[in-house]
Amino acid sequence: MVRERFAGHIKKIENEVMDMGEMVIAAINRSVQALKAGDIPEAKRIIEEDNLINKKRLEIEEECINLIALQQPVAVDLREIVAILYVITDLERIGDYAEGIGKIVIMLGNEPPIKPLVDIPLMAEIAINMLKRSLGAFVSRDVKTAEAICNKDDEVDKLYDQVYHELLTCMIENPQTISRATPLIWASHNLERMADRVTNICERTVYLATGSMREINVSRY
Amino acid sequence: MIISVAGLDKMKFVPKIETSGLNLYYGDFPALKNINIRIQERNITSIIGPSGCGKSTLLRCFNRMNDLIEHIKVEGKIVVEGQNILNPDTDLVLLRRKVGMVFQRPNVFDLSIYNNLRFGLRIHHMLNKKEEIMAAIQDSLESVGLWQGLKDKLRKNARMLSLEQQQRLCIARVLVLKPVIILLDEPCSALDPISTLRIEELLRVLRQEYTLVIVTHNMQQAARVSDYTGFMYLGELVEFGDTTKVFTNPKEKLTENYISGHFG
Repeated sequence: MVRERFAGHIKKIENEVMDMGEMVIAAINRSVQALKAGDIPEAKRIIEEDNLINKKRLEIEEECINLIALQQPVAVDLREIVAILYVITDLERIGDYAEGIGKIVIMLGNEPPIKPLVDIPLMAEIAINMLKRSLGAFVSRDVKTAEAICNKDDEVDKLYDQVYHELLTCMIENPQTISRATPLIWASHNLERMADRVTNICERTVYLATGSMREINVSRY
Repeated sequence: MIISVAGLDKMKFVPKIETSGLNLYYGDFPALKNINIRIQERNITSIIGPSGCGKSTLLRCFNRMNDLIEHIKVEGKIVVEGQNILNPDTDLVLLRRKVGMVFQRPNVFDLSIYNNLRFGLRIHHMLNKKEEIMAAIQDSLESVGLWQGLKDKLRKNARMLSLEQQQRLCIARVLVLKPVIILLDEPCSALDPISTLRIEELLRVLRQEYTLVIVTHNMQQAARVSDYTGFMYLGELVEFGDTTKVFTNPKEKLTENYISGHFG
């Protein structure tokens, strides 16, 4: 390889994106656990630590800009840096959704839950799995996996429908539950948005690997 | 115009070369105007700017190559490793051994590869024993990535080499003399893009041991290869700073306009 130092730079940025991905995955996990347990101190920590994710994004963004300015990347290298700029934007946003769930935990306060949460943790589980796999596919430029992950978005959408209707029914039957049910709809909406953002990452993988920009799966929401 | 002194804000900035109030006149024409620059040790510093801005003149000040030009007047100070090299008692032969130079076109001698490298050693009366000479030659060729390919061809004429190999040999010819600083004047402008990238990689390796100053028309090369960049215009050092900073957010509007191609 002629430009080893440059290749090393790109690899380093790629690793940082993976680190950022780990941070975001941890945030989603913790936010849903906090929601299940009504753990307000943990929710506060999650909100505070979202800054670390935002900071990481800015660091990676700066490194990408420097690499464009100094190393004049072309072809696959250029596509990768551009793709990374989008991926970190999506990751940062997913982190914001996790932070949002933290805020919902605080909003719900110490009120008893309407019912034990089942579908919401399941949505989180699928979203996290999608995110993990999408980052793996990005690094290995695996178009097939990227496309397959997008189909998983439908499962999250379906669960969201389910949660939404269930909570609506709950509220209609007993208006007393409105203040506790509405935030849960928001939480599930956040999870639905996360999965959508993952499909953006998958689209960037396709762009990176093939150079073509296309929407793989148009979400119903 | 603000003249910034490089790296004052940086910790651990060890200047290998430092000029103060450096003026140079070709006859009455001022080619360098009040240059204050500090070249950081074991780093690559690029000097960029349009043709005739004085960048090559500045480079040639660092080993007093300008002395060869008639009607020249130099004022100010050029301190290389603690010594003002403008002092009349400066040993120019020693200075030019310590501050080696590589030029635009590979200027190999019409001699064998071995004798190209031996030449400087002989002039500087360095090393007498055959084994020591051979070891020094091997060392310098290894440093520029030529040893493996050429170790059995040392008696062949250096002109048979490709341009990239010739330029590597020119760098080896400097290295064999154990310099401290290497000046490079457009070292890649005669080379194709891939050879250019390979030479740039070599410069990054050499940076670990030597202080390099490179003058280049090719701004992208300055961006890719150097740690510090100076921008010169009409004999003045307009801006000097961290390469990343100069190429992403320069302090001076003039620098910004030049590197973004809005003038020049």
